[in-house]
Amino acid sequence: MLEPFLLRALAAALALAIVAAPLGALVVWQRMAYFGETMAQASLLGVALSFAIGQSLTLSVLAVAIVAALVILLLSEQRLLPLDSILGLLHHGSLAAGVIATAALAGPSVDLLGYLFGDIFAVTDADLAWIYGGGALVLGVLWLVWQPLLRLAVHRELAIAEGVPGRAVKGVFMLMLATTIAIAIKILGALLVIAFLIVPAAAARPFARTPERMVLLSAAISVVGVLIGLEVSARSDAPGGPAIVLVLAVMALTSLSLAAARRSG
Amino acid sequence: MLAKKVGSTALQAQGDARGATHGHAHSHAPGEACGAACGHDHGPRVPTPVDRAALVSARGLVLSRGGRTILDHVDIDLPQGEIVTLIGPNGAGKTTLVRALLGLERPDAGEIVRRGDLVIGYAPQRFDVDAALPMTVERFLRLGLAGNRAAVAEALAEVGASRVIDSQLVAISGGELQRVVLARALLRRPNLLVLDEPVRGVDYAGEAELYTLIGKLRSARGFGVLLVSHDLHVVMAASDRVVCLNRHVCCSGVPTTVAQHPEYTRLFGADAARAFAVYEHHHDHRHDLAGAPLPDEKGKG
Repeated sequence: MLEPFLLRALAAALALAIVAAPLGALVVWQRMAYFGETMAQASLLGVALSFAIGQSLTLSVLAVAIVAALVILLLSEQRLLPLDSILGLLHHGSLAAGVIATAALAGPSVDLLGYLFGDIFAVTDADLAWIYGGGALVLGVLWLVWQPLLRLAVHRELAIAEGVPGRAVKGVFMLMLATTIAIAIKILGALLVIAFLIVPAAAARPFARTPERMVLLSAAISVVGVLIGLEVSARSDAPGGPAIVLVLAVMALTSLSLAAARRSG
Repeated sequence: MLAKKVGSTALQAQGDARGATHGHAHSHAPGEACGAACGHDHGPRVPTPVDRAALVSARGLVLSRGGRTILDHVDIDLPQGEIVTLIGPNGAGKTTLVRALLGLERPDAGEIVRRGDLVIGYAPQRFDVDAALPMTVERFLRLGLAGNRAAVAEALAEVGASRVIDSQLVAISGGELQRVVLARALLRRPNLLVLDEPVRGVDYAGEAELYTLIGKLRSARGFGVLLVSHDLHVVMAASDRVVCLNRHVCCSGVPTTVAQHPEYTRLFGADAARAFAVYEHHHDHRHDLAGAPLPDEKGKG
């Protein structure tokens, strides 16, 4: 029989694996990996905020992730620097600010590594409630706006000319991304959250012919990655989040190498 | 008829005031050159009201970006059942005008009225597919549309791209992709088809074929067409009305009138004007060496 802490870790990671699949595919299709990365790292400031105001970690991170998304959108309006430079600036800047603010507000005893890389074995029942509630919300909303999101991903301007409300749909998508970051940050940390979204999607791409197939495949890959990663972690004492991400990365590299070999061979 | 007004009342009021006080379409003094190619005086501007029967009617569109005026008081109507072709040199603002009419770009001033029952089928100038998104042609043609596989196959047959129905979007050629995008536009059962340089990447024979197809479909289904091109005589011959744009509307009307307009010659050169004139008159009569018309000899030989 599994230990309760291991069971909670498994329940949390498997739920996140399912929620991450459609979101991760959409992030990859819209070339938003670095955008999401910046949002996630800025959310470390949300950890500091929750210490400062004594409010829920999840809600504080959600609020900061939304603000980060708005700041990125605002700064991307200037046309002097490309978006990746802006994101580089913001993600390093906010990471630095987040580390300093969290250490200053939470005191020297704070487990900074836990917020950067997550602590999957410290998941509580309350965390599980957030993950299942928030995750169900994210999946439900994505289900509702799936068609317009796909149309925007294929060709943004064509979709808008055909009547898709581009800004509103994109706004809903960003809100779902922020929600996922908020419910996952304790488990995977500010630095690994986005890997959990995009790595399975990357692994699934070479074997998918339709968008939905890519999502299902990516969910399956995530589940396998979680199971193997947690097993590795339990046997070797390696930290859980990094173990899962490492297993997923190996799977993605194998999958992409196969695709490259198929192309050249 | 239902008419949806786009753009704020403030913009409209501003536009009206300008029309009333200036009486001239340009922001410069008459006679002063307003652009590289258009150094003329259009005479007093008579503001005409929007055409509410048209699918889209725009008045006094002004749009500048980064301190550069791209559209300068442009008026345009897209009536049901007519092929309107937008021509003009590179950088004339053709694509920007199309984007404004489609609602993709917000004009700084002016008024755009879209008919309440407007359904747009749009084929954009650039259609880059991201390889990260797996998508078959069939799936793309059913995305957000009601049709089944049979309807998709029929639309693809119409544009001559039947064989790509099961291909991935990223795997087909530029010319095929253009046809697939046109098929999507047609599947929407539009009453306005907007095609921005539809013959890019299509060879010359394919080009003539495409325009013939568009003309045929227009006759069969009665939709309006807005075509953008910087290609001249083939397009001109296929159009009901030509609008010659160089940030402002230099001239517009039926193809023959526009081709004889001095602005057209100024913008496109005397050769282009002659090429068109020869094309236009080819079928009814010829000229002798002195330019006097000869009777049509077709069918005699």
